[in-house]
Amino acid sequence: MLKQLEELQLEALNELGQVSELKGLESWRVRCLGKRSKLTQVLRSLASLPLEERKKIGALANGTKVSLESSLAEKKKFLEEDHLASFLSRERLDITLPGQPIPAGRLHPVTQTLEEICSIFTSMGFQVAEGPDVEWDYYNFEALNIPPQHPARDMFATLWIDYEETTGQARLLRTHTSPMQIRVMEKERPPIRMIVPGRVYRYEATDATHESMFYQVEGLAIDMNITLADLKGILFEFCHCLFGEERKVRFRCDYFPFVEPGAEIAIECSSCHGAGCRLCSYSGWLEILGAGMVHPDVLRRVDIDPEVYSGFAFGMGVERIPMLRYGIDDIRLFYSNDLRFLKQF
Amino acid sequence: MKASLKWLSDYIDIRIDRQKLAEKLTMAGMEVKGIQTIGSTWDNVVIGQVASVNSHPNADKLNLATVNLGPQQITVVCGAPNIGVGQKVPFAYAGARLIDGHTGKATLLKPTKIRGILSEGMVCSEKELGISENHESILVLSPEAPIGMPLADYLGDIIFDLDITPNRPDCLSIIGIAREIAALTDESVHLPQIGYEEMEKPIDSLISVAIIEPDLCPRYCASLLIGIEVASSPGWLQERLRSYGMRPINNVVDVSNYVMLEHGQPLHAFDYHKLKGKQIVVRCAKSGETIITLDGIERTLTQDTLVIADEENSVAIAGLMGGLNTEVDVTTTAILLESANFNRSTIRRGANHLNLQSEASTRFDKGLNPDLPLVALKRATQLLLELAGGKSARGIIDAYPGKTAPSAILLSTKEVKRLSGLEITIDETLGVLRALGFECQETGLLPPQISVFVPYWRGDIKCAADLVEEIIRIIGYDKIPVTRLSASLPPQKLTPERSFKQKLRNTLVSWGFQEILTYSLTSMEKLQRLSPKLEPKIAPLQVANPMTKEQEYLRTSLRAGVLTTLANNQKHEEADIRLFEIGKIFLPQYPSAIALSQNAESGEGEVKQSPQDKEGLPHEKEMLCAVLSGSRRELSWHDNKELLDFFDAKGVAERLLEQLGLTSTFESSDDEGLLLGRRADVIIGGDKVGVVGNLHSKVAQGFELSGPVCLIEMDVEKLMNKASGAKRYQPIPRFPSITRDIALVINEQVTFQETEAIIQSFPLVEKTTLFDLYTGEQIPEGKKSFAIRIIYQSPQRTLTEREVDKIQQQMLDRLCRELGATLRG
Ligand SMILES: [Zn+2]
Repeated sequence: MLKQLEELQLEALNELGQVSELKGLESWRVRCLGKRSKLTQVLRSLASLPLEERKKIGALANGTKVSLESSLAEKKKFLEEDHLASFLSRERLDITLPGQPIPAGRLHPVTQTLEEICSIFTSMGFQVAEGPDVEWDYYNFEALNIPPQHPARDMFATLWIDYEETTGQARLLRTHTSPMQIRVMEKERPPIRMIVPGRVYRYEATDATHESMFYQVEGLAIDMNITLADLKGILFEFCHCLFGEERKVRFRCDYFPFVEPGAEIAIECSSCHGAGCRLCSYSGWLEILGAGMVHPDVLRRVDIDPEVYSGFAFGMGVERIPMLRYGIDDIRLFYSNDLRFLKQF
Repeated sequence: MKASLKWLSDYIDIRIDRQKLAEKLTMAGMEVKGIQTIGSTWDNVVIGQVASVNSHPNADKLNLATVNLGPQQITVVCGAPNIGVGQKVPFAYAGARLIDGHTGKATLLKPTKIRGILSEGMVCSEKELGISENHESILVLSPEAPIGMPLADYLGDIIFDLDITPNRPDCLSIIGIAREIAALTDESVHLPQIGYEEMEKPIDSLISVAIIEPDLCPRYCASLLIGIEVASSPGWLQERLRSYGMRPINNVVDVSNYVMLEHGQPLHAFDYHKLKGKQIVVRCAKSGETIITLDGIERTLTQDTLVIADEENSVAIAGLMGGLNTEVDVTTTAILLESANFNRSTIRRGANHLNLQSEASTRFDKGLNPDLPLVALKRATQLLLELAGGKSARGIIDAYPGKTAPSAILLSTKEVKRLSGLEITIDETLGVLRALGFECQETGLLPPQISVFVPYWRGDIKCAADLVEEIIRIIGYDKIPVTRLSASLPPQKLTPERSFKQKLRNTLVSWGFQEILTYSLTSMEKLQRLSPKLEPKIAPLQVANPMTKEQEYLRTSLRAGVLTTLANNQKHEEADIRLFEIGKIFLPQYPSAIALSQNAESGEGEVKQSPQDKEGLPHEKEMLCAVLSGSRRELSWHDNKELLDFFDAKGVAERLLEQLGLTSTFESSDDEGLLLGRRADVIIGGDKVGVVGNLHSKVAQGFELSGPVCLIEMDVEKLMNKASGAKRYQPIPRFPSITRDIALVINEQVTFQETEAIIQSFPLVEKTTLFDLYTGEQIPEGKKSFAIRIIYQSPQRTLTEREVDKIQQQMLDRLCRELGATLRG
């Protein structure tokens, strides 16, 4: 009987070796492990054997069954893999067909730049605030040392809601984000560190470098012992964050009625690297920021003592930054919103 | 302001390289925008004298000019009408590089045959020399110009184009710029020596001056010149004016202009004999008073216009233009020369009103110092006596009601440090300020302090901060150290408003929407087109001085900008377009607008009265507007080509609100910009927060849109207020759920919302999903079929099939009873 079991196992394994397709496995199973198989017969015949032998043969027969079953499983796994491989090699995809497009949106390049600017300044302890686009003459001009008929009004071609003559009571579209300096200082006491992103407007014919609407970011810091050197430090750091550590930055004297001393920041021209070209009007420099120490008269107007406190303010045009970065030569592209433009950023 | 280095060198030695000088000026606040070298291309151009002019034998309009060039004479063809014998002219030999008068390009001059006559050179116009655009006539040089001298040696110059900031009217003059260069290069300015002889007769016996408006005219100076001869100015003066773009007129006018460029003070000359009553009155115009100005225009004046008058009439509009009645002409033999100081606002307002901006008005409106008129007047009187002959009456009229005592500004080195961060010694401070012409005295107090007297030409310096700027700009802004703010503040977060908007943006972008930013200003026409009846809901705020009709009104809706952008892009985009903008709309707060909006639409009627409204500014409201158009998916071999529809828009709205943790319902809307039956108000807690729907076909037509367009509009402020509650974590169910699908046949009129409400009112119903909607074969007329998947779930235990069966049976009974729904067989 033992011998019979051994032969039976050998024969079954042999046959299994011959099976080459998944379909053949089932008939092998019926033949070698099914109800009518020799192995089942052996197991059935156990009942007639004496107890000792029944135990011994029974264990052996069960062992044979388990071993054959696991061989079957192994063979099955092997054949399945083989089958899949041959299926895949027959039914090969044209992997060069284009993928299903996923709808992809993007933030407007100006929004991206604003977010970048805000994150640089918030990391330096500046808060972000926003103000109204329609302003009083008072906040946009008068409180910033630009009373009616002041020649500096020429620097800001203004779109008026009410005619300019109605002094102090006239509404206008803010020409810069600086009115928020006053609104912030009216409400808060030093230390103040604030930046204000927003839209500004100008009475201006549009061309490749001029828009009637654009974005600015205003900055303001008031505390004891703030100096022009601190302003220089903050703005140099900002420029290096945006344009890289290598970029040369120029800090020169400039005039804005609401700061004294006043300054302007320019970076080395991205196109000619200082040699002079059309983009930089052959100066080698590109202005990106106006700044200065908040004028003592402005501080006095909002009840901050200029003998005790000092501070700086700065303002920058936002579109200029992506224009320089990506070599965009026409500011009007930003608000014509052509998808062929917007999708590039 | 143009600054000729040649002219500047009359007053200062410039020993520094021009590039270095330009850099220094720029750094110190006077930006050099350009440097023009005149004469660098004038090789082979020399000064010649026209010896004879004969007409060209073969052409009417051409002449043959023989030009004496010293060693030789050359005859050339010349077409300029102004050529005349004896003139000194620029002559170009063949081989010179000139600007072609017609093409504007640099070209090499070659010997040419013109109508049969060989011309081996040419007499040049200003354009051909690159000086100006004038190509009508040849340039005629001063009679003193030496024959044979290279033109570059005679006329060559370097011109700095300076950007003078509005606080520095003193630098709208050559002497002002010379002072600036002196301080920056450690040189000193040599001012012209002034001195002339006077007659016995005192000026006040010949003319009297009365200032009626001392606030508007702080100072009025005048000199009187008798026996002068009005004639052309000498060539050097004409050439200088011409190089500044001014047309030479006669010696009197030319001297006034010259002194204005030199000193920055505008002057005006009256024909003394034409002044009635021999008196000058500075007063405001009478109501309705008229004057014919030098340009021949009769102007009606208003009472806020300042005029110079004689006994009877106005003879000039102060600071702007003289009157024809006292014009200086060739018959004039005596002039009253005016040099005055006027209130800058008055001049500015007048110049704007009368449209009389000029070189003079720009100087006056920046605020000139009242000490300048006397200096300039003496200089002009001296020059006129030299050039026009005659004698000056003794003395000068000097009415100076606005004279103020000079006051000192106190400055300590500590203050310089406190503002600039730069440590400067008292000696350096004194050195810089004195170089700029400030008078300084040490007070002897501690900490070291100086009292500073401001020179008359620097009216812009009023406080210590101004002095600090003067010191550091001369020392150099590049010497300012770079420091970090001493007190460190912790990094800040964005405001809730800003981060909420950022979240909305990022969400929409992640779903394939492109963000756009459109103008705040729009046209009435576009706002009208948003309504099929062409009646805007809200009267928009109007700009008083719009640049264009396209940008005349502040937007009261984002739709106009978004739809315009969509239409523009439909022209070239093939597939789906999804756009959105988050931005402000402007709701006017004057009563008529509020009334209008309440009539038109209940949604806008409840505008809150924020503190801003009380101030009279419009309510600036943050809105979100998104549009979808075209096919649902980008054109692809792999996918179907269905068009986007209402439910795509609704899906976006639903998912957006879900992301914000808000539960919303959709109710039928009366938004007239959207299509009837395809529009829904978005309601949260009984409050309308937005709309979704298909754009009205008339509106779509109005914006030239093609295909159906779906729109979503939300009130960002309301969303933010409602979404402000903190999110709470929901435990993940621990027990298995049971899923059942049912197909209901139901009347067409019954909405899904009603059906779903009944299903969801049953216990253990966790989620319902409508996965098919069917009408047609197998369904009776007037009915439809909903296929709904219901998920049952208990948080406490595993459900049994039997209890779900029971609930579902009750559910079907109720659906049948209340909605007449039956199970589809
Ligand atoms: Zn460049």
